[in-house]
Amino acid sequence: MSDGGDLLTLDGLTKAYPGVVANDDVSFAIAPGRIHALLGENGAGKSTLVKTVYGLVKPDTGTMRLAGADYTPASPQAARAAGVAMVFQHFSLFDALDVAENVALGMEDPPPRRQLARRIREVSRDYGLPLDPGRIVGDLSAGERQRVEIVRCLLQNPQLLIMDEPTSVLTPQEVEILFRTLRQLAAEGTAILYISHKLEEIRALCDSATILRLGKVVATCTPAEKSARELAELMVGTTLATPARAAGGRGETLLTLDALSQPALGPFGTPLREISLEVGAGEIVGIGGVAGNGQDELLMALSGETRVRRDAIRLRGAAVGHLGPVARRRLGLLTAPEERLGHAAAPDMSLTENAVLSAHVRQRLARRGFVDWRRAKDYAEHVIAAFDVRTPGPGHAARSLSGGNLQKFVIGREVMQKPDLLVVNQPTWGVDASAAAAIRQALLDLAAGGAGVIAISQDLDELMEISDRFAALNEGRLSPPRAAQGLTVEEIGLMLGGAHDMEVAHAH
Amino acid sequence: MTGAIDPALLIASLMVAATPLVLAAIGELVVEKAGVLNLGVEGMMIVGAICGFAIAVESGSPLAGFVAAAAGGAVLSLLFGVLTQVLLSNQVATGLALTLFGLGISSLMGQSYVGIKPPGTPRLDLGPLSDLPFLGTALFSHDWVVYFSIALTAAVWWFLNRSRAGLTLRAVGENHDAAHALGIKVIAVRLMAIAFGGACAGLGGAYLSLVRVPQWTEGMTAGAGWIALAIVVFGAWRAGRVLLGAYLFGGVTVLQLNLQAAGSALPVEYLSMSPYLITIAVLVVMSARRGRARLGAPASLGRVFHAAS
Repeated sequence: MSDGGDLLTLDGLTKAYPGVVANDDVSFAIAPGRIHALLGENGAGKSTLVKTVYGLVKPDTGTMRLAGADYTPASPQAARAAGVAMVFQHFSLFDALDVAENVALGMEDPPPRRQLARRIREVSRDYGLPLDPGRIVGDLSAGERQRVEIVRCLLQNPQLLIMDEPTSVLTPQEVEILFRTLRQLAAEGTAILYISHKLEEIRALCDSATILRLGKVVATCTPAEKSARELAELMVGTTLATPARAAGGRGETLLTLDALSQPALGPFGTPLREISLEVGAGEIVGIGGVAGNGQDELLMALSGETRVRRDAIRLRGAAVGHLGPVARRRLGLLTAPEERLGHAAAPDMSLTENAVLSAHVRQRLARRGFVDWRRAKDYAEHVIAAFDVRTPGPGHAARSLSGGNLQKFVIGREVMQKPDLLVVNQPTWGVDASAAAAIRQALLDLAAGGAGVIAISQDLDELMEISDRFAALNEGRLSPPRAAQGLTVEEIGLMLGGAHDMEVAHAH
Repeated sequence: MTGAIDPALLIASLMVAATPLVLAAIGELVVEKAGVLNLGVEGMMIVGAICGFAIAVESGSPLAGFVAAAAGGAVLSLLFGVLTQVLLSNQVATGLALTLFGLGISSLMGQSYVGIKPPGTPRLDLGPLSDLPFLGTALFSHDWVVYFSIALTAAVWWFLNRSRAGLTLRAVGENHDAAHALGIKVIAVRLMAIAFGGACAGLGGAYLSLVRVPQWTEGMTAGAGWIALAIVVFGAWRAGRVLLGAYLFGGVTVLQLNLQAAGSALPVEYLSMSPYLITIAVLVVMSARRGRARLGAPASLGRVFHAAS
């Protein structure tokens, strides 16, 4: 073969959107049986590139060759027909349909239901990914949902499997099992394009890596030969500062959760079961867990969006469980939810208006029912300056900010109100590395100033970096918190609820 | 007091009263399963009623009338489809506008048809079945549209739950972004569903003007489209339950008419209000009972789909 045995060759791919060049002259090649990493920050152009390979985006210029032939997929169907399969970052699954129906939807020519169910069982057993074809996807754990996606791909015997950020929602044990499956696939000759920003995983798994920055290829390397720090600096283009933490003891108890329980909200929600926790002044308690184990419910119970038993939540000894968000804010219990657009901020309102929404009580931005717009604008500008939010001004709509900048604003808006206790959910989700570092530093500074912080996150590295104590949410139950220092990955994995019975499957 | 009501005749008239609701509701069920909330059922029904009436009168063939009604309803629904799916207008506002537009244009079209009698739609001769005592009168002496509506319900059930195309349609209604990522043409699927819903609503309207009443008067659907919308929720987005719901509401309508005729002590106004009051009560009960009922609701219902990239 003229391509030197490569399965997929990308040559000079360029794709521009109004105002931004997502991919700029990107070229690289993947050989059969190799695991190739695509590394880069959010906005570096990874997603656009894989969407091009999967036929969802048409490149402006450049060519692709697959197995020695020209490859110009017009649609995902065409890509699948050519032997390219993709597991999406945000699962492309249908909650109300069952596993077999979800798999059938991703296939060009699905066999009859009974036969399909049998093949799902076979493939999932062969690759150590047990699945029951009859279960409703909405009831599955994140790891099981990913298995549905992978099995859907495997049933089509792909030559190239694209994995977009596959491990962001998995426990460490589930990651191990996924890696075994991927290595088995690679050994069988399937090429894998693996997208991630988790550097240790890439160093452990991938044979080669292409690093993208601002749409351009900045380096191609063998990840095992580089340190995680070198890879990170290639991605970001500058040296990275590690958040500094001041050593400080735990002060008086600020918040007490006493057997906090709450029924599930909605058909696919998770009930909270007897959650007990104490948070002291000056400490950060990290709460880890795979998505959908009660994180949103816990945040809503703490913010006051859902009311609970009076003394299930006590702030400085005073029962606040029955109070709504405004009353809790007045007492010093502040929250910043996960979803930036629509929950933490109103997308079409200006930053000033968004500042008023959460800060009017503590910053006295409203008097006798009238908003004091001058004070509100000053406060918004104050947050923008202190948190280095990149925006032309506080009059701009929240929607117009990039994810990282808006996240800095919504976290800053709470931090600047000098809370006694701040609860954040996924504080750095989808935020670039430098903004994430700034947000983590702000949380550390807040705790150093004597406030208590609860950080709910699925990013274990983040939690290990900032928390003093660590607890895990699993099916609405909270494990007893343990000192974060010295916790091993295996211990954390066990706290997160293990790997949902997957060990057994791989033992055979 | 109700001694004057013959149960066999009551069931027979119940089926006739329910048929327009069955047709309109089963169409709307498919539309909503595709994730589109079309509140214009009332407008599409009344346009179907006048289209069907006019063509049946002009051609002398009720069948041609029903075909024209389906076409009229589909055309009007595609107006909604283009506005909401291609031009991304708000579905609730557009649906309400469609109802008002349909009521207006139907009375314009129907000006010269007031007071005319349409050609009759004959009863289907089911031979010995129609001669059965009681059952013959109650179940087996109807026109073809009644049986067609039941067959259509069965067909829609089979389509949604057993066919590949139905699975695609449900996937679109469940998560349009994921469906798009799999390469399903979301807008095309939805436009087809909307046209089907419009055609069904048109048939339901024509059944009113050609069989049930049978004549043309302005605003003759009198809220049947809204009841059809309520029935879809009542039926938890399942074909079989939608049929059941339509017969239940048809039954209430017929019963109140019979009670009026039998000289009930209750004032007529209360009786004529009852189907609508029951509609509201049912909707309240259904939405209060969260959990299971919501499982049937398509997750993308009423959400605007805008393909990124």
